[in-house]
Amino acid sequence: MRTTLLKAGLLAGVGLFAANAAQAVEIEYWQYVFDARVKAMDQLIENFEAANPGVTVKHVTFPYADYQTRVVAAHAAGRGPDVVQLFYGWTDNFVDGGILQPLSQEAFPHAQIEEDFFPIVTAMKREGEYWGLPTAVRSLALFYNKDLFEEAGLDPESPPTTLDEWVAAAEATTKRDGAGNMISAGTTLDMAGQDHHWWREVLVRQFGGEPYTDDYRTVTYDSEAGRAALEWYTDLQLEKGVGAAGFMDEGQAAFRAGLAAMTIDGTFRLGAFRSIESFEWGVAELPAGPDGTRSNYSSYFANGIGASAEGEELEAAEKFLAYITSEEAMEVWLETVGELPARREVALTEANLADPIYGPFLRGLEYAHTTLFVDEAAQRQLIIDATNRILLQGQSPEAALEQAARDEQALIDARN
Amino acid sequence: MARISARTSEPGVVTTAPLPSPTSPEAPPRGWHRLSMSQKQVVWAWGFLALPILFYAGIRFYPTLDAFWLSLTDWNLLRPARFVGLENYARLVSDPQFWQVFNNTFAYLLIGTPTSIVIAFVIAYYLDRVRFMHGLIRALYFLPFLTTAAAMAWVWRWFYQPPPIGAINGFLATFGIPAQPFLRSTEQALPAIMVTAIWAGLGFQIIIFMAGLRAIPGTYYEAARIDGLGELAILRKITLPLLKPTTVFLVVLSSIGFLRIFDQVYNMTTNDPGGPLGSTKPLVLMIYQSAFSSYEMGYAAAQTVVLFSILLVVSLLQLWILRERT
Amino acid sequence: MIAPAESLDAPAGRRPLRPGRIVAWTLLFIGGVVMVTPLLFMFSTSLKTAGQVYDLRLIPASPTLANYVEVLSDGRFLRWFLNSTLVAVAVTLSNLFFDSLVGYTLAKFRFRGRMIVFIAILSTLMIPTEMLVIPWYLMASQLGWLDTYWGIMFPGMMTAFGTFLMKQFFEGVPDDFLEAARIDGLNEFQIWWKVAMPLVTPALSALAIFTFLGNWTAFFWPLISVTSRELYTLPVGLSSFAVEQSIQWEMIMTGAALATIPTLLVFIALQRYIVRGVMLAGLKG
Repeated sequence: MRTTLLKAGLLAGVGLFAANAAQAVEIEYWQYVFDARVKAMDQLIENFEAANPGVTVKHVTFPYADYQTRVVAAHAAGRGPDVVQLFYGWTDNFVDGGILQPLSQEAFPHAQIEEDFFPIVTAMKREGEYWGLPTAVRSLALFYNKDLFEEAGLDPESPPTTLDEWVAAAEATTKRDGAGNMISAGTTLDMAGQDHHWWREVLVRQFGGEPYTDDYRTVTYDSEAGRAALEWYTDLQLEKGVGAAGFMDEGQAAFRAGLAAMTIDGTFRLGAFRSIESFEWGVAELPAGPDGTRSNYSSYFANGIGASAEGEELEAAEKFLAYITSEEAMEVWLETVGELPARREVALTEANLADPIYGPFLRGLEYAHTTLFVDEAAQRQLIIDATNRILLQGQSPEAALEQAARDEQALIDARN
Repeated sequence: MARISARTSEPGVVTTAPLPSPTSPEAPPRGWHRLSMSQKQVVWAWGFLALPILFYAGIRFYPTLDAFWLSLTDWNLLRPARFVGLENYARLVSDPQFWQVFNNTFAYLLIGTPTSIVIAFVIAYYLDRVRFMHGLIRALYFLPFLTTAAAMAWVWRWFYQPPPIGAINGFLATFGIPAQPFLRSTEQALPAIMVTAIWAGLGFQIIIFMAGLRAIPGTYYEAARIDGLGELAILRKITLPLLKPTTVFLVVLSSIGFLRIFDQVYNMTTNDPGGPLGSTKPLVLMIYQSAFSSYEMGYAAAQTVVLFSILLVVSLLQLWILRERT
Repeated sequence: MIAPAESLDAPAGRRPLRPGRIVAWTLLFIGGVVMVTPLLFMFSTSLKTAGQVYDLRLIPASPTLANYVEVLSDGRFLRWFLNSTLVAVAVTLSNLFFDSLVGYTLAKFRFRGRMIVFIAILSTLMIPTEMLVIPWYLMASQLGWLDTYWGIMFPGMMTAFGTFLMKQFFEGVPDDFLEAARIDGLNEFQIWWKVAMPLVTPALSALAIFTFLGNWTAFFWPLISVTSRELYTLPVGLSSFAVEQSIQWEMIMTGAALATIPTLLVFIALQRYIVRGVMLAGLKG
């Protein structure tokens, strides 16, 4: 509405201010609301506008919960951003829906991309074209509450490195009241958070299985290993009692309140956890499996160019995209948001690797997997449901997993 | 009444006439003066109705037909609509999630409506006789009706938390009652959400029941007492029958409310929409998810047609049942 | 007609329950307190710091307005409050005007097709909003109405409920009044506006209360039709705020309290009118 008015106003003024109107290009950048990301992007836009007079960037944000819908809906309504942020797992949807245009090979040569960025960037490739580039990548790590560790007689400077040690630490830090109610959890259990990634890409592999075939078109976690991994996970609540799904509503909330000794979460949580004042916390690599297997899940939000951008706007959009995926932008992003640079050279500096917080995440990145989701929310829901069937309805892990695998395969097949 | 009409006869109290009617005397159409009084009336009437008719046609009837049409297409936001016949309905019938949602919706309706009506009546019945601090007590019951469901859902969500943070579990613990999972349970989650809806609507129902009670002429009661009827007999033979119109009104309204429950569920289960294993998911949430999370507009439209049919049947059924017994 | 709702005396002929009176009163009072408990806890928690949230005492140990300062500091709640007010007031005015105009026309004019129009309008009561939402969404996106104030408001500009209510009341207006005005030379619009409307002010206030409250608390359609945060209404804004807060209860309770305070204040100021309006609409509607 307002852009229409603006355009109408510009058109009306064409006779008098033709020269000015032609010089001022406004492009729209869309992303979801997350305080640190918004701040970082505001700063990048400021830098970009200073370096490119005549181009202004309008920063539009939507709540995360329905961000994807908003973008799709706006596209359906014939409006759209010039540069848009999207989760790599939505690429299929966005490309199929005609929301994006491929990055031009002149402005973004493939060889250059593949040399500079972490290999997971290839998840943005469809039909031989790149449809977006990330500023930052994210991986998982173990956050732990040093105060609770100390209180339980554990060494706050040597976090668990294997799953067995991790369970032992969780058992030592769990606190219950006289009635048996948990008042402080050893670990958060929240499949709706990052645990479903942890289970899918890390635990299944550590128990000797593979979650999917390499092209992620066939579900293979319905195996002995998958069942063992899921049973191990649900037993944390049912047998060992070191955590409870729904405790403090969300896992991250429990950790932030100082009521959970450990949680597995991503780089993007660093900003929120940095505001914690009531206790000291540390970060460690995800615990290794029984045979020493390490794995991690890595993901990213990429920035693509909207299908409707053309002419001057396209040119400005390409410039802007190049800037927000530049080394400078990645440093700003790391500093403000805490997400890891998507360019290898910027990320893998000695200082970063030695950093007590970034180090574990960066090391995780080296052995991380990136699930090629067809519909991340729906696939997540299937794992949440399988877990709930075990936790709440006493279903066996075999049956629960069998159903999840069947449903997920159907979901994937429906998109092909 | 008299005072009000006297005031308006003063000239110039109301000076604005915001809608210049096409037949207003400032610009009389040709031949206006030749029309008879009743013919003029007809022109005025249709003039008054012109814009509303356009509104109802364009914003109510056309979209209704459109919803039926869309339910026969595979339209999603990304691709144009294509006619697929009854495919969406066939898919609905074979979708186990739909049947669960269907059951949930009726659970809200069949448990929620009678419960809230009975509670509201009992409270209204006694509150009607209370004199001491009547206004205050009535206000206490009425206040929740004025709250925003989307806001209060978050308050309730906090109330239902497990220990150590949940207020209700904290309260139970002081009586030695073990902690309840509430929203984290497939059995308790739906009733837990239903309680919040009953809570929010109770004040309205109490007020309406009280208005109904007061509309019953006192002479009826006097006559009954002279006949020697006890309180219970009066309630059964006079109060309840005479309250029938009020009850019908409230039952219909409350049923529609429960059939369309959404705000509470949406806000209380944001991290696993529809509760654990969909145990609290009502039809409207499924519609919302199909349309605005999966963009399956055609499929969602078919679900709205089902909702429409349920509402229609339930409303007609209730009117019929309650009328039969009069 | 109807006994004034605010009269404290039970109507004649209904004796108070003497033996159980104190018991009944006590139970009613406790029930009433239970009803407002969620509100009390909401306010109480909004005055606590993050560290005190787990202390379930109703009276905060050291109440602070810091949460309110923080929530209000970026101005978005104020904006959402203004949006909600604007939308609710505009829709209410539109309903007061059109519903009563249509109700009046259907009650007081005799013309062919009157019953058809009435039944047609009344039949829309059977159509649930949810069924229309997808077509509205499609329509609004094609007409460029999505993400505008008009886009939030257009579906509710007239309602069958309001029309029905007003028709009921206009039927009680004596024809003589209107006839007298006609003889005085007023045209039909003036008769409606200057003579008939003032006679149904109780109904108008009832309709105003319902329409305003319904639009003030509306969630489903605003959630769908608005994309920009600047255009959120209070319920939608609060819901997104609560999600963003990642379960920081003291902040969420502050937001919920801010969304609730305006209606509570209005209620305290206009209690008797509101209760009477609700009764009136309920009995005639």
